[in-house]
Amino acid sequence: MWEAIKRLYHRMGSPKWFYEISAVWLPWFAIPAALCLVVGAVWGLAFAPADYQQGNSFRIIYIHVPAAILAQSAYAMMAIAGGIFLIWRMKMAAWVAAAIAPIGASFCFIALITGAIWGKPTWGTWWVWDARLTSMLLLLFLYFGVMALQRAMDTEDTSAKAGAILSLVGLVNIPIIKYSVEWWNTLHQPATLKLTEESTMAMEMLIPLLIMIVGFYLLFVTLIFMRTRNSVLWHERKKNWVKKLVQVQAEK
Amino acid sequence: MSLVTATIKRDLIIAARNPGEWLNPLMFFLMVLALFPLAVDPDPKFLSKIAAGVVWVAALLATLLSLDALFKADVEDGTLEQWLASGESLYAMALGKVFVHWCISGLPLTLVAPLLALMMNLPDDAYGALFFSLLLGTPILSLLGAVGAALTAGVRSGGLLLSLVILPLYIPILIFGASAVYHAGIGMDYAGQLGFLASFLCISMTLTPFAVAGALKLNLSR
Amino acid sequence: MFFDSFAEFLAMGKHGFYVWLCYGITALVIIANILAPIRQRKKLIEQQTRLQRRERKNASET
Repeated sequence: MWEAIKRLYHRMGSPKWFYEISAVWLPWFAIPAALCLVVGAVWGLAFAPADYQQGNSFRIIYIHVPAAILAQSAYAMMAIAGGIFLIWRMKMAAWVAAAIAPIGASFCFIALITGAIWGKPTWGTWWVWDARLTSMLLLLFLYFGVMALQRAMDTEDTSAKAGAILSLVGLVNIPIIKYSVEWWNTLHQPATLKLTEESTMAMEMLIPLLIMIVGFYLLFVTLIFMRTRNSVLWHERKKNWVKKLVQVQAEK
Repeated sequence: MSLVTATIKRDLIIAARNPGEWLNPLMFFLMVLALFPLAVDPDPKFLSKIAAGVVWVAALLATLLSLDALFKADVEDGTLEQWLASGESLYAMALGKVFVHWCISGLPLTLVAPLLALMMNLPDDAYGALFFSLLLGTPILSLLGAVGAALTAGVRSGGLLLSLVILPLYIPILIFGASAVYHAGIGMDYAGQLGFLASFLCISMTLTPFAVAGALKLNLSR
Repeated sequence: MFFDSFAEFLAMGKHGFYVWLCYGITALVIIANILAPIRQRKKLIEQQTRLQRRERKNASET
């Protein structure tokens, strides 16, 4: 059993193995992602009932909540990948961490913009400084910081290490930031989806939301695969297997 | 192609390849804005009163941060000495550098500020004044800032010294710029403030390049 | 279907602008995130192909 785990660990650190296996897995993530996103969006837009208080603007939740969940878990994954790189010096982990940053920041941006736009018909203004939106904004700042830091370093190694350190510090800070922002202010309605408590939404509203969350996660993995595969090709470009691959591609 | 246009082109291309150069000040701008509701009061009525001033202060600080790098690279790799040796007008060179600096700091700030002012609940009437006061004011910030950057180029920890040197010079621009936006927000006339900014822009465009050229020569003769 | 007609679906009961703006922006951001790695891969392969061609030329000339 231990042998199997050790083999898996060594494989995961091998860029070539990752490149070959991600080629097989990619469609199994990409196609279900597209399906979930389309089905979830259509269901949420056309078939789910409107909210009693908010009317049809409620349908924005099918983007806002999944994007927010992804933005937060992506940051955690980026920090963990950075940590794996720092501790075990696994290059693949550094490349995955670098790939996550822009994607997580994009999702964070989507969550923020949809939250702000949703606020206009709900609260009358394009922006409110409530706990949820402000925490999301601060998360976006954390993403900006990691991305700016990585691009400012001279070598890849220092860039990966600096990014890893910063994202780990940020990860520890996130609960502290969230707590202090909540303490500072709250206007946002209570969370519609809690893992431990009963959700306050009707089933017809909840199911498309869950589909969208799954869809966003699948999309996230797809995008990570795509970016990390490029990283592998670039970093291993002097190796024979990459050279052969390029030749084959050129002949197409 | 003269040396000045060539330098402008080169610097713009470098900036286009380094998005951090103009993105970082924008993100700083956003972060500083966010500090105020967090530190004081997110109440929209309160924010709308301070929005004009806070946006202007944030824009000013963001500009200040981006000034440190204005001449540093050229001093360090000897390009500056080449200019002096070339016999080309340092006056024109200074104007060129300021123009590039404004393109990558003041101009993005001016374009993005109205969007960010939404978050600060700026009164609806003030958006035009915000845009125009920044459009007139940020070039002045770049011009005056260049004087400070030229004076402190090559000094260790020149960034802090730069801020100390320039902030007093910035205060009139801040006063008139923020006042224009504030008065627009409460429905009063603000043409006078914009007029002051416009005339100050003309004066600084004609005079500051002399100071910048002199300061650069001073730094090279050390 | 929750809506009675397509026109009603687009209007979203006066909230149409906000809902479609959100879905539109999201679609744009997602598409940009999909296209970026695709373009980057293409550039990478083109660059490496050119490099290989040059190396082969140099090797055959020496």
